[in-house]
Order: sequence, then C-alpha cells, then structure tokens
Amino acid sequence: MNSGIDLQGSFIETLRGFGLSPGLAKTIWLPLPMLLMIIGATVGVLVVVWLERKISAAAQQRIGPEYAGPLGVLQPVADGIKLVFKEDVIPGKSDPWLFTLGPVLVVVPVFLSYLIVPFGQNLNITDLNVGIFLWIALSSIAPIGLLMSGYASNNKYSLLGGLRAAAQSISYEIPLALAVLAIAMMSNSLSTVDIVEQQSGYGILGWNVWRQPVGFIIFWISALAECERLPFDLPEAEEELVAGYQTEYAGMKFALFYLGSYINLVLSALVFAVLYLGGWEFIVPLDHLADWIGVSETTPWLQVLTGSLGIIMTLVKAYFLVFLAILLRWTVPRVRIDQLLDLGWKFLLPVSLANLLLTAALKLAFPVAFGG
Amino acid sequence: MNLAEGVQIVSFGILAVMILTAALGVVLLSNIVHSAFLLAGVFLSISGLYLLLNADFVAAAQILIYVGAVNVLILFAIMLVNKQEDFSKIPGSLFRKVATGVVCLGLFALLGTMVLVTPWALDSTSPAVIENTIIALGEHFFSDFLLPFELASVLLLMAMVGAIILARRDLIPEVSETTDTVTTSLTLPERPRELSSIGNVGENN
Repeated sequence: MNSGIDLQGSFIETLRGFGLSPGLAKTIWLPLPMLLMIIGATVGVLVVVWLERKISAAAQQRIGPEYAGPLGVLQPVADGIKLVFKEDVIPGKSDPWLFTLGPVLVVVPVFLSYLIVPFGQNLNITDLNVGIFLWIALSSIAPIGLLMSGYASNNKYSLLGGLRAAAQSISYEIPLALAVLAIAMMSNSLSTVDIVEQQSGYGILGWNVWRQPVGFIIFWISALAECERLPFDLPEAEEELVAGYQTEYAGMKFALFYLGSYINLVLSALVFAVLYLGGWEFIVPLDHLADWIGVSETTPWLQVLTGSLGIIMTLVKAYFLVFLAILLRWTVPRVRIDQLLDLGWKFLLPVSLANLLLTAALKLAFPVAFGG
Repeated sequence: MNLAEGVQIVSFGILAVMILTAALGVVLLSNIVHSAFLLAGVFLSISGLYLLLNADFVAAAQILIYVGAVNVLILFAIMLVNKQEDFSKIPGSLFRKVATGVVCLGLFALLGTMVLVTPWALDSTSPAVIENTIIALGEHFFSDFLLPFELASVLLLMAMVGAIILARRDLIPEVSETTDTVTTSLTLPERPRELSSIGNVGENN
C-alpha cells in the first residue's frame, strides 16, 4: 500500500536542501497546515452561507442574493464586513467578562476539531490515535460557552436559550457517541485515517453506510441537533425566545456565534463523510483502476491526481450533506422542547444501544465483513 | 535543548500557572457562577497536563467527562437554583477564617512533605512512547485493574439508582403528608409537589 503524497516530508527535505537544520525546517512547516485549515474552514463557511441563502431562496421560489458579485457570491463577505463595523454593545448590568468569553468558548473548540479531519492519507494536520474521540470531547465544551453567554446577558430569553442549548447538546451527545462507537468497533481504531482506510478497497460498496444503516441515521439526527439546525433549533427559536442566547449580542460577538454554528455544520458534514461515506475514497477503487490500465502506484502524476481527487471527493460529500441539511431546514417543522428531549432520551438512546450490541454481534459472527 | 523540550517546559509553566490561579479563583471568588466557570478552566488545564504526560486518551476523557458533563451539571444546578442571598455577618468570622487557613496550611504541609519524602522512582526505560494508549488502558482494565474498574461502575450504578429514587418521589411512601408543620430548612429548594399539596390537600394522588 503506497501512502500517497507526503507534503510534510518533501517540504522538510526541500528546506534541508537549502541548508537549514531539520528542527528549523519542521518549525517552519508546523504552522502552515494549521493556517491553511483555518483559512479553508472560514472560506467554507462563506460558501455555506451563500449556499444557504441561494437554496433557501430556491425552496421558496425566490431569487436570493444577486447583486453582490456574480450570482451574489460576495453576499456573505458583505455580511461579514457589515458585522465587523457594527458597534460592540455590552448590555447594562450584564457580566462583561463572561459576556465576552462566551462566544470565544463556542468557536475555538470547533476550530480545534478541524485537527482531525483528513483529506487524504497524508493530507491532514495530524493523525491522532484518539482522533474521533477528540472531536466528541471538544464538542462537549461548547455548552459551557452557551451557558456562559446565556447567563451573562442578563436577559431571561438568553438564560432560557442557554439552558436549552446545554440540555439539548448533552442529550444528543450520548447517541452521537454511541453511533461513533459502533464505527470505532468496526474499524478497531479511533483514528480518522484508520476509519477511512478500513472502508477502502471496494469503492462505494465498502462504505460504512451499508454496514451501519441505523447508525448513520442516528448520527445524522444527533449531528443536526448538536449544530442546532432547524428541526432542532430550539435554543434560538425566534417565535418563543427572540433569539435565545444570542439575543443581546451584536457586532463581532454575534458574528462569532454565526461563524461557530456554520463551521460546526461543515465540520459535522466532514466527519459524517469520513465516518460513513468513505472519506476521500472515490466511488470506484482507484488503486485497482490504476493497476488495470497499467499505471504504477508511485507515478508522480497519478499521486497528484489521487491526492486532489481525494480532497475534492471529501468536499463533495460534505457539501452534499450540507445541502441535505439546508433542504431539511425548509421542509421539516421545528419540534417542541419536550418532543426533542423525548426523541433523544427515549428513542435515540435505546436504538443506538441496540445498534451497538448488534454491531458487536455481527462483528463476532462475520468478522470478514465487519472488521474482525 | 531542542524544540520539543522547550515547548514542553514552557507549556508546563503556563498550565501550572493557569491551574493555580483558576483553582484559587474557584475558592476565593464570592460569585458562585464565576467559581463554577473557573472550575472548567481548572479541568481544561489539567487535561493539558495529561497531554504533556503522553496520556492522550485520558486528556480527551477528562474534557468530555469533567468539562462536558460534571461542570455543565454544576452550572445547571447553580442556574436553576440561582438564589440571590446576602450572607449575614457571622460573629467571629475572623477566627473562623484563621482556623480555616491553619487547617489548609497544615494539609498543604502534609502533602508537601509527602511529595518531598516519597522516592519517585523514575524508570529510565519508562513507557514514554506507548504506541496506542487506548489498547494499553484496555489491557490494564481487564487484567490487574479489573476490580477497581468494576467497583467504579457499581458506584455509578448506585448513584444513578439513588438519583432516580430522589427524583421520582412517588416511589417513596409519603408519611409526612398529614403534618402541617412544614420545615424548609432540610428540604430541597424546588419541591413543587409539597407546595401544591399545601394549597389543595387531597387533590393529588
């Protein structure tokens, strides 16, 4: 098995060729992928905001943004610039420290979670042993930020919204973790790279969707609830709570919440693609295809081709899921808070436990198909 | 000293300062909500220390359990029972504070001497790089640490049963229903059942 292109190795080799020490070369390399990932995530958010506006418009037979740039692609940039120039209002009798710290605590863990998203065999920031578990752990910090901003706003709607957000996030974390646990059991690893590797070799037939039909539905519902997307956007239900914990926020602090929610949506879609849709794998196994037409795996142009195809495939899968989420927003009505908690605790939790048991049994019975 | 060692020493210093200041804040601040949020900071910094010790799984579990579950529950409890209460002056508060300080300093001295006296045998071939910490942990859980592991789960089960019994008061036979003297000193702050049963006796159940 070849490992594809190794950007880090070749970059450090090149710098050493210029006469730098290996330690210095590594130091110069280290911030590059992180910076690239942060920029990529932010641009991804701009794309999602534009998609959301356009698809929402199409779902309601409107045109949507059209004046800012061709097809209105610059509209999210305009939104962002507007938010930067807005006044930073801190309401009276609020708690200014907690009020400022809340949005930060919501956004930073989401950015950190991009650490584990792989776009190829070596095209990731780092391949951690605890990979997917780190994502679950980091996503559990966000409720603290939500509670903090809800409490600090000195507003009853904010407090209710913050409490709702925390309750929802805690309830849906458990089915989410159990669905991921079934995948980890099949892959014998928590590392995201290993999880994709385990799905490779058979093209679309090897993807985990076919082996975890219940698990992926549980994961999708829980991920939507974690992102507070529309069937589950109770924390900011505007008819009941004005805007939930965001009520008192304006300017860049509001922009951080906005950014955080969309970036979380993209992240969930990426993780979904990695866990269930084969990550960077193409629909047909490329290795066999290359063998078949007689091209060696180590040919440089083939490696560049598979590497870029991997990135494109990951993004295509993720944005397909984002598209589904946006469509769901305009087709499914919002649930009530008691229905939400009932669904989480009384339906998803038992079903995901049963799914876990079933996966374990299948793994023992058919170790060939279920990663023995 | 290469890059990795420098980063380790600097981050250890930062984490130690963060833990100490946040922990002092938890104890000394008068606003209980601030204390609870600072507790999350303590837990986060401790998980950073675990990362420095190459315990990646323990670090992630620390964040998930202590920050994501325990601390959020503490905050929930504080925010649902947010009773603004001015503490009345207690006579002899200075003496109490001094006594507390003495006890704390004594504990600190005890722990400090324990740290200094214990011969910390650092294994030169220490398991600095275990390839996969999760597998190592699992092996220990099911071999030499099996009894503590199972006992911990029994403890959690007992806590859960207790919580369910406390929450579902219809499981407990109510004997004190008829007494009119309602004492509020030993009851939980929110017990809507009792309040409603005072108003209309005999309607419930």
